[in-house]
Amino acid sequence: MKIVVLVKSVPDTESKIKIGADGTSIDPQGLKFIMNPYDEFAVEEGLRIKERLKDDTTVVAVSMGPERAVEVLRTALAMGADDAIHVSDPAFEGGDAQANARVLAEVIRPLSPDLILGGKQAIDYDAAQVCPAIAEYLGMPQALIVSELKISDDKKVATARRRVEGGDEMVEMTLPALVTCEKGLNEPRYASLPGIMKAKKKEIKKVGLADLPLKAESVGAAGSKTKVVKYHNLPERPPVKMIAGDAAAQAAELVRLLREEAKVI
Amino acid sequence: MANGILVYGEVRDGSLKAITKELVAAAAHLSQAGAGPVSIALVGDAATVDAALPAARALPVATVYAARHAELASYSSQGYAIALQAAIKASDAKVVLFGATALGRDLSARAAARCDASLFTDCTELVWSGGNLRVKRPVYSGKVILELESTAGVQMASIRPNIFAPAGAGGSAEVAEVAVTIADGDIRGRVKEIVRTSTGKKDLTEAEIIVSGGRSLKSPDNFKILDEMAEALGATVGASRAAVDAGYAPHSMQVGQTGKVVNPKLYFAVGISGAIQHLVGMRTSKVIVAVNKDENAPIFQKADYGLVGDLFEIVPKITEALKKLHASSH
Ligand SMILES: Cc1cc2nc3c(=O)[nH]c(=O)nc-3n(C[C@H](O)[C@H](O)[C@H](O)COP(=O)(O)OP(=O)(O)OC[C@H]3O[C@@H](n4cnc5c(N)ncnc54)[C@H](O)[C@@H]3O)c2cc1C
Ligand SMILES: Nc1ncnc2c1ncn2[C@@H]1O[C@H](COP(=O)(O)O)[C@@H](O)[C@H]1O
Repeated sequence: MKIVVLVKSVPDTESKIKIGADGTSIDPQGLKFIMNPYDEFAVEEGLRIKERLKDDTTVVAVSMGPERAVEVLRTALAMGADDAIHVSDPAFEGGDAQANARVLAEVIRPLSPDLILGGKQAIDYDAAQVCPAIAEYLGMPQALIVSELKISDDKKVATARRRVEGGDEMVEMTLPALVTCEKGLNEPRYASLPGIMKAKKKEIKKVGLADLPLKAESVGAAGSKTKVVKYHNLPERPPVKMIAGDAAAQAAELVRLLREEAKVI
Repeated sequence: MANGILVYGEVRDGSLKAITKELVAAAAHLSQAGAGPVSIALVGDAATVDAALPAARALPVATVYAARHAELASYSSQGYAIALQAAIKASDAKVVLFGATALGRDLSARAAARCDASLFTDCTELVWSGGNLRVKRPVYSGKVILELESTAGVQMASIRPNIFAPAGAGGSAEVAEVAVTIADGDIRGRVKEIVRTSTGKKDLTEAEIIVSGGRSLKSPDNFKILDEMAEALGATVGASRAAVDAGYAPHSMQVGQTGKVVNPKLYFAVGISGAIQHLVGMRTSKVIVAVNKDENAPIFQKADYGLVGDLFEIVPKITEALKKLHASSH
C-alpha cells in the first residue's frame, strides 16, 4: 500500500497567543511550533498499518507551509516515515483551507495513495476542513474524527469507527480513502535516537507551484474566497462571585443566584 | 444572482434535530438584514425525508427542499454532498447553514469543496454585512476569536449548538422536490452501522447544562453524586481528562482540548483545577460554577460563581436545594 500522512506545524497549546499590532495576524514572537497533535496519531497509524502488513507499504509525510514545516517532516521521518515532501511557494501564502486543500490534493494525486491520513483538526485555526476538501477533490470517500481503523486483509476496504452524538458510527469505505484521526486511535511513539539520526540525512523533496497543474490565481491569498477581518481577544468575564457559608448555605445561595440573577435554571 | 439562506435540516432517528430550529433562528436574523428568504433542505431516502417533513414545514420558512434518493438511506459524505448540491442549485441560495455536529461538520466540509463555496466552521456569531456573510469563530483552541468575511458565490457556515434560541413553529412551508442523480461509483463509503453508547441523555455538545467532575471524585462510583445532581437539573455529566485517564469516566464524557468542546448555558466544574486544556473546552459556557476545596484553584478565575469547600459535602446539598426549588415551583 501507499499511505500519505498529512502533517502541519502549529503553535504548541501552551503557547500564549498574542494578537499582532495590525489586528489581522498572530504575533509570531515566542511561539513554539510542534507537529499538530492529531497528526501524530495519523503518522502512528500509518506506521502501524505498514508494520502489520509487512509488505512493500510505504508511508509518505506531506507538509505545506514555511520553512518550519521541515521540522515536522523530520519528526515524521524520525518516527519511521519512508519519505517526506515539503510543499512551499510564495504563491501559496495566505491561502484559506480550501486553497490549501487544492494544492495538497494536486501534490497527492500523482502519488496515487491507497490511504490518506490526517489530523481531525489543526489546533491553530481548528477548521477541520482541509482533509475533507482533499477527499472531495480526489473523489475519495472519507471518515472523519476516527478512533478505530481496520484495513481488510485484501487491502480493499477500510472500516472506521467515529464518535457521533449518542453513539459510534461504523463507516465502510472502498480504498482509496481518506481518514482523519482522533485521540484514542493509538498512542504515538517517540522518535528513536537512530530514527532521529537517519531522519537528519534523509532528503526532503520540495514541491512548488511550478510542479503542479495549478494557476497562481487559484492558490494562496489569490485563490481564497475568505478574508480575515480581525482578531479579537476573548470578552472579559466579570469577576467571580464567591459564595460563603457552610455547605447547606452555599448550596441554597447558589441555587437562588442561578435562578434569580443568572436566570439559567 | 443567488439569494436566500438554506438551512440543512439534520435528521437523526427519524426526527429533525433540535439544532435545525436554532439554525432557522440564525437564518431569520440574516434574512432580516437583507440576506433573502429562509428555506430548509432535507436530504435522505424517502422514509427519512418524509419522517422529518412535517416538523420542517411547521418552522417559519418559505420552502422545504426535499432531496430524496434510495441510495441515501444511510449517511455517506459523497452521496449527501451530491444531494445537497442539487438542493442548493434548486433553491439558488447564497448562504447555507449547518449545525456544528458530527454530521454537519462532515457534510459541510465535503459540500463546500464540491460546490466551490466558502466555509466557516464552528461559528459562534454571524451577521450579514454588505451582501456577504461575516462570522466570528474561536481559534487557537479558543484562546482568541477570529472574525472573517466571505466573498464567495455560495457561502457556508456551521454553527455551534446553543448559540441561537430555537425558532418557534407557526409556518406552513411549501415543499419543493429536488431531483437527485447518483451514478454507480459515486458513493464509495457509507455508514454501515451505528453503535449506541448513550443512555438517552443529551450529548455533551448539545447539552444546555453540564455537570463535570474531576480527578477529585476518586472513583467511578462517586460520579453517582454528580448523576443525581444532573438528574435534578436535566443536565448531562462530563469529566476532566484526569478523571477519564483514571478510569472514572469514559472518554466520550471528556471535556477539553482532547475531548469535547461544549457550549452550555450553565457549566459546573466540580473538583476540577482549571487547566488550560480543560478551559478551552468549556470557556464559552454562559455561566460557570466552580466547586473546589482549594481557594487558589485557577478555575475560580474563569468562574461566575465560586464555592470553596469539599465537593462531597457541597454537591449533595446542591441536589437537595434543587429538589426543594422544584417542589416549591410546582
Ligand atoms: C496535550 C494535552 C491535552 C489535554 N487535554 C485535556 C482535555 O481535553 N480535558 C481535560 O480536562 N484535561 C486535558 N489535559 C489535562 C489537563 O492539563 C489537566 O491535567 C486536567 O484537566 C486536570 O484534571 P482535574 O482538574 O480533574 O485534576 P487535578 O488537576 O488533579 O485537579 C483536581 C482538583 O480538585 C480539587 N479537589 C480535590 N479534592 C476535592 C474535594 N474533595 N472537594 C473539592 N475539590 C477537590 C483540587 O483542589 C484540584 O483543584 C490535557 C493535557 C495535555 C498535556
Ligand atoms: N498546511 C498543511 N500541510 C499538511 N497538512 C495539513 C495542512 N493543513 C492541514 N493539514 C492536514 O489537515 C488536518 C486538518 O487541518 P484543518 O482542516 O486546518 O483543521 C491537519 O491535522 C493535517 O493533517
